Amino acid sequence: MSKTPSVKGITSSFGSRVAGLPKPAKIGMWIALAVFAYALPLLEPPFISPPGTDFGGVLFTVTIYMLVALGLNIVVGYAGLLDLGYVGFYAVGAYTAAILTTFHANWPLLLALPFAVLASTVSGILLGAPTLRVRGDYLAIVTLGFGEIIRLVALNTEWLGASKGINDIARPPGVELFEIPHLNWDSGTPLLDFNDTTTFIEFGVLDQIPYYWMGLTVVIIVLFADKLIKDSRVGRAWEATREDEDVAELMGVPTFRFKLLAFATGAFIGGLAGALYASRQSFINPLSFLLLFSIMFLAAVVIGGQGNRWGVLVGAFLVAYLPERFREFTDFRVLVFGAALMLLAIFRPEGLLPPRRTVRAKQAAAEIEALEEGADGEETSRV
Amino acid sequence: MSEDQSTTTSSRRRVLEIDALTLQFGGLTALDDVTFHIEEGEILGLIGPNGAGKTTCFNAITGIYRPTRGDIRFEGTSIAGHKRFQITQLGVARTFQNIRLFRSMTALENVLVGADAKHSTGMASALFRLPKHRREEREGHDRAMELLAFMGLQKRADELAANLSYGDQRRLEIARAMATEPKLICLDEPAAGFNPAEKAQLMELIRRVRDQGYTVLLIEHDMKLVMGVTDRIVVLEFGRKIAEGTPAEIRDNPAVIAAYLGVDEEDAS
Repeated sequence: MSKTPSVKGITSSFGSRVAGLPKPAKIGMWIALAVFAYALPLLEPPFISPPGTDFGGVLFTVTIYMLVALGLNIVVGYAGLLDLGYVGFYAVGAYTAAILTTFHANWPLLLALPFAVLASTVSGILLGAPTLRVRGDYLAIVTLGFGEIIRLVALNTEWLGASKGINDIARPPGVELFEIPHLNWDSGTPLLDFNDTTTFIEFGVLDQIPYYWMGLTVVIIVLFADKLIKDSRVGRAWEATREDEDVAELMGVPTFRFKLLAFATGAFIGGLAGALYASRQSFINPLSFLLLFSIMFLAAVVIGGQGNRWGVLVGAFLVAYLPERFREFTDFRVLVFGAALMLLAIFRPEGLLPPRRTVRAKQAAAEIEALEEGADGEETSRV
Repeated sequence: MSEDQSTTTSSRRRVLEIDALTLQFGGLTALDDVTFHIEEGEILGLIGPNGAGKTTCFNAITGIYRPTRGDIRFEGTSIAGHKRFQITQLGVARTFQNIRLFRSMTALENVLVGADAKHSTGMASALFRLPKHRREEREGHDRAMELLAFMGLQKRADELAANLSYGDQRRLEIARAMATEPKLICLDEPAAGFNPAEKAQLMELIRRVRDQGYTVLLIEHDMKLVMGVTDRIVVLEFGRKIAEGTPAEIRDNPAVIAAYLGVDEEDAS
């Protein structure tokens, strides 16, 4: 099919091979993948599971990044709105959950969660309503400011704990049903280890695996929702707006409304991620919401391939997991990160897993170019 | 033939009325007191030399510019000052002089965006796959495939718009505009960059678009094409209407000849 036997060709042919499978096989494959994902922290595979840190905790962080990346992907990847202050929504979700479940209100987490999400969605609408009328770089600057404003407000408001932050945030309710043993690889072969078990499903202090299961479940739900929304009028309107806002408007798309919807949806998911993070952490302060996180979130989306939900999941995994896995090189983290980003920009400017259509467009463009060069050195016609 | 038209035109409904339309950008008057109308089911040509204000007129009709003075009425109601997407939803669609497709969406998706102009599926409908979503999605899809087939593009439905040939992109733009179910469809130089054979095909296509019940407003440079396909022609020069009439009348109009051939002032008058 493709003439270039590169990574690009391999990934796209893998994608089409999966797409070509019969439906039961496909469903079976996805279920197997999901089971594997749930079981991963129990399997504790050597090399993959990071030495010295809790694998469950690392994986939970990965799921939070995945959630955030999915949310940001709607804003940046689908609707094409560059948001540099996404951590602001994450913070609003986290702080709302924190306030409602601690000394201010003492609500249970499940009751606070909808309000946390509502608060971040409303903040998305409040931010978007005036600012989505500006475009491109201006929007990036305004959102950048928003992220910082949220953090500074939290830092300077006594009621929000100021720099001390908020302690004792409620954990999700658990039911202790049964114990699941982990695998132990010390002897070189996997053995069931009944001394090291995870309680299904208790959200405790030490064992973070149940949080990971919760995070993973939310990621899967959001993934489904993302697909349903994308394959509809809403998704098409977002993409049309991204491609050419003026034309979209002239084709009957109320672009402002849809941009606001994208912003609100992104804020919803960001707030959800923030609330879950706060609950797991049980303690937040303004340092959890630095500008750096906005950049990491955006990096996850861009590295993975904006516009492709699987791509951004991969990006989120890499951004959240690699630094934890290679903690011993923590001093070089930023250096390695920068080098990796540069390599990516040179070799795969659309990200590791760009949307399949982008791959197709590139291939076609390359073929046309090759044909034109083969024919004669004429200038490339209309672009 | 022209007699036959003159008897029927007066009884036809007016789809669009441009009434003393004036558009000024600072000191520049792009359109100056232009008045014309389009009747239901006709193909009206809007011609004029470069910079005469044809595209400006289009932009005013589709809501990109707000008229400085004068009014634009669509089916009797004023649309001056309406939002662009509202005008489209009312039933005015357009194509662009320089092709502006959603390049990284497929041909089918491009047309579906057009079809969505008449749809109202929102977040909840899409998320829970409510009957409304299913119905609109099915209808939109059927209509889009029908239009692609009409344009001869059905085999390229899943091709990215950017990868289509130039002519196919032009046709896809017309299909996308038609998908919004307009009453009036405005084509801005659809034959630009076409060879004579393609132009002949396009003329045939424009006639078939009209025969499907659309009213067509056509900006075109190619005189042969304009004369061959339009029912009536409005001629603009320097933002003013200098002539209006059937192709035969326009062909012999000295002011038009002067505008196009640049005859001396005395000779023209």
